[in-house]
Amino acid sequence: MRLFVPISVTGWARLFSRWDILAVLLILGLLVFLAEASHNVLQPLAELQKQPPSLDPRHLPEYAARTTLRMLIAMVLSLIFTFTYATVAAKSRSAERLLVPLLDILQSVPILGFISVTVVFFMSLAPGRVLGAELASIFAIFTSQAWNMAFSFYQSLRTVPIELEEASRNFGLSSWMRFWRLDVPFAMPQLIWNMMMSMSGSWFFVVASEAISVGNTTVTLPGIGSYIALAIERRDLAAVSWAIGTMLVVILIYDQVLFRPLVAWADRFRFEQEPGVAAPESWVFDVLRRSRVVERLTEPFAALFRLSMRPRHLDKTRLVDPAKRPGRRWAFQLSLLVAALAAVALWQSLRFVVEGITLSDVFTTLLLGFATLIRVIVLIAIASIIWVPIGVWVGTRPRVANYVQPVAQFLAAFPANLLFPIVVSAIVAWRLSPNIWLSPLMILGTQWYILFNVIAGAAAIPAELRSVAVNLRVRGWLWWRRVGLPAVFPYYVTGAITASGGSWNASIVAEVASWGDEHLQAFGLGAYIAQQTDAGDFHRIVLGIVVMSLFVVVINRLFWRPLYHYAERKFRLG
Amino acid sequence: MGAALLDVHALRQSFPRADGGEHLVLDGVELSLAQGQIVGLLGRTGSGKSTLLRLIAGLAQPSGGTVTYLGEPVTAPAPGIAMVFQSFALFPWLSVLENVQLGLEALGLPEPEIRKRALAAIDLIGLDGYESAYPRELSGGMRQRVGFARALVVHPNILLMDEPFSALDVLTAETLRTDFLELWGEGKLPIKGVILVTHNIEEAVLMCDRILLFSTNPGRIISEIAVDLKQPRNRLDPRFRDLVEKIYVAMTARTPAPLQIGTSAAPAATLNTVLPRVSANLLAGLVETLAAAPYNGRADLPVLADELHMEADELFPVSDALQLLRFAEIEGGDIKLTDVGKQFAELGTDDRKRLFQRQLLAYVPLAAHIRHVLQERANHTAPKSRFFDELEDHMSPEDVDLTLRAVTAWGRYAEVFAYDDDSGTFSMENPT
Repeated sequence: MRLFVPISVTGWARLFSRWDILAVLLILGLLVFLAEASHNVLQPLAELQKQPPSLDPRHLPEYAARTTLRMLIAMVLSLIFTFTYATVAAKSRSAERLLVPLLDILQSVPILGFISVTVVFFMSLAPGRVLGAELASIFAIFTSQAWNMAFSFYQSLRTVPIELEEASRNFGLSSWMRFWRLDVPFAMPQLIWNMMMSMSGSWFFVVASEAISVGNTTVTLPGIGSYIALAIERRDLAAVSWAIGTMLVVILIYDQVLFRPLVAWADRFRFEQEPGVAAPESWVFDVLRRSRVVERLTEPFAALFRLSMRPRHLDKTRLVDPAKRPGRRWAFQLSLLVAALAAVALWQSLRFVVEGITLSDVFTTLLLGFATLIRVIVLIAIASIIWVPIGVWVGTRPRVANYVQPVAQFLAAFPANLLFPIVVSAIVAWRLSPNIWLSPLMILGTQWYILFNVIAGAAAIPAELRSVAVNLRVRGWLWWRRVGLPAVFPYYVTGAITASGGSWNASIVAEVASWGDEHLQAFGLGAYIAQQTDAGDFHRIVLGIVVMSLFVVVINRLFWRPLYHYAERKFRLG
Repeated sequence: MGAALLDVHALRQSFPRADGGEHLVLDGVELSLAQGQIVGLLGRTGSGKSTLLRLIAGLAQPSGGTVTYLGEPVTAPAPGIAMVFQSFALFPWLSVLENVQLGLEALGLPEPEIRKRALAAIDLIGLDGYESAYPRELSGGMRQRVGFARALVVHPNILLMDEPFSALDVLTAETLRTDFLELWGEGKLPIKGVILVTHNIEEAVLMCDRILLFSTNPGRIISEIAVDLKQPRNRLDPRFRDLVEKIYVAMTARTPAPLQIGTSAAPAATLNTVLPRVSANLLAGLVETLAAAPYNGRADLPVLADELHMEADELFPVSDALQLLRFAEIEGGDIKLTDVGKQFAELGTDDRKRLFQRQLLAYVPLAAHIRHVLQERANHTAPKSRFFDELEDHMSPEDVDLTLRAVTAWGRYAEVFAYDDDSGTFSMENPT
């Protein structure tokens, strides 16, 4: 199973199309709208006070449960979003043109940026109550999960085998029936894999999404994230360790109770069965499958589901000429609406810019963006030098790989904040430069994607190729140059793309760090966004977000896209 | 003959081409299927026979002409027309029973009836005991049986079969064919007529009452052959052999383009001829086989295909290429080495290359054209896209791709020019 690569990398069309520009405009408009809405309601909410969370470890199970619940709700929302958005994008040509670039731009918007501009908006939906803050937090987690799930589903829908599609049409399956019988099952294995990745990723942002502070508005929701935030504020090392332990337990439970059963269940939906690959197993899944009680409980739902697939009126829809689908008539009205929205977005953004942003602000953010860019490049290079050889070594030894994979998966979920105590203390004690020594935090969670992928790539080297190398006595550096590195290259590129995108995202957390009263800040765009969020300056928050998204999209298209296609064409085995 | 189940009239299918013209896939197809008949559509790859089947199934819309089923025009998948697919098209996540039930569920029948009919179909087609198995647990033959059961269970009037046996090994395919013909002959199948797409000549003669032969580029019906042998048919029956031979003659008669040069009967390639993608090694192999005993320079195509275990569809591109390069001639269903072909068989590696080079430049205008362009240019290189664009005005992008691959492979073998795939450029120089 492979990681998902953003469409701005896989696409082959022109570098930027008018649809991209439209997508940028719409998202910009949305950000500005949210920021303005937030700006207006900021003051009254400042008085909102909560019962302060406690660092007593006895509260941790409750906090863990609440965090877990938030993540699950976000996951359900992400699934709903995936099933609707991706389906519309895959089934309608006219919608696809806008929806795909829109999703691509959304994916490049930093997740913490979403929090900054949406939190006040969500809190205004339920003034004075926890519900608003909960909504904001769930939305933040949602943004860290939904985009790549939707992309994975969209990609799967586009690659449904043509003969299965023809068979469904030949036997007159309704579109609802087709969706559940063909589309969803086909997409399921890849989707579940992406759900797991999304879950790891959202842990990283849990701290930020539970301890929200924009301008004068500070909201702390009970959860592991806010517990960590408080532990850092109070310099409580014991509490930090408790939090790490709890996280480990929760991630383990998630793995055993949710994802492993899902993976074992989804194995039946694998379209191609690779020979020699053992089917994934899960004791929870086995228990559920064999249990009579579970069968009884689920039977009514299954019956209801089957009933929903029964055609109510026979065959009317089937004889409709597909060329004359009603979609076409709507397409024109829809494009008018989109154009109108884009115009509003443009006007709103222009006004927003004129009001609060000067040209020097723009130059500043661009300069900061370059600083962060350099950090990302250097970090990816260093991580590659470290993890590629290790990944190849591990990948060619299946037994070692079995142990390393789950550990790396846990480390990928490890929030950068948890390392603040060590990093900040060290930097202060030895008077190091935060500009250099805060940087490793950026790649803390994302470097593992390089490792995962290289391991997968090395494991996929065909046994015969390895035997040839042994037979010809190809060893040492020659082996790496001619066998190891080329074989894992396409996998490495995919991992590096994910790592680079993730590092940009993480820069907002990682370029500023604090431990108690010690606050450190690096020179970079992430720190800028964090700082403006603290100050509640919505104009500059939006500017920072936009510039960062711009950097990500441009780098994806100018650098990663050619590299990705080159790797796929030249080095993809089989 | 009963009333016509299906009528196809003046059917055309084309796709827009890059230069604004259109690429014709099917043209002027007339076909009618009467009750109780099996009609075979026989032709080479690219003759549009599968396209025709999809038009009949309502899976695609024609550019012109009509498909009429029981008096109604077919514009969408019609109930009563079911299809069996070459690749089986089973849902891997559904069990055998669930796969078979799928079409009935779509019809909205009551659950007890769905179950009853599905089990009956499974029983009929010999899948008893496999109801709860998943497709990946089954062999190819059993999988295709599920494909048949799934199609038959909806009690279609017309069964469309898209090369249903071609993904199976020889023995399994034969068993399945025999079983099908037996059930059909005994009237146990709930179907009234069958259309079978195939490229296997013997299969067509074995199963069909009528065979329609298709030409390529565009697909047109070039002849119709009635098979009035009684079932079960015997492949060794002289009349069976005669029919097979007759079809071979008909299928090799007018390929690839009906153009005559000088005294040679072989057709000449133009710049725009779609070239068969056949490796130089395969060409050399066939020349050597033909030159040696027992053929001694001349062979009957059906016999040759049989001996080499090649389907007609695999053999034709090779014989086409030999004919194109004037290594062989084809007439009356026989392939005969030319003098150049015989000479080629006797030469060593380097001399072969030289001879191949001569023939390539003389008879494949595209190869000569590429060489000429390279010579004209100052740096002796030219991008692939230059030729791609040029050819795309006359053929579909897939054909351009195929043709360029073929000419590149031959050009490399003959050392007429070199090609670098990384940069996509042709050049005069080979790397030294």
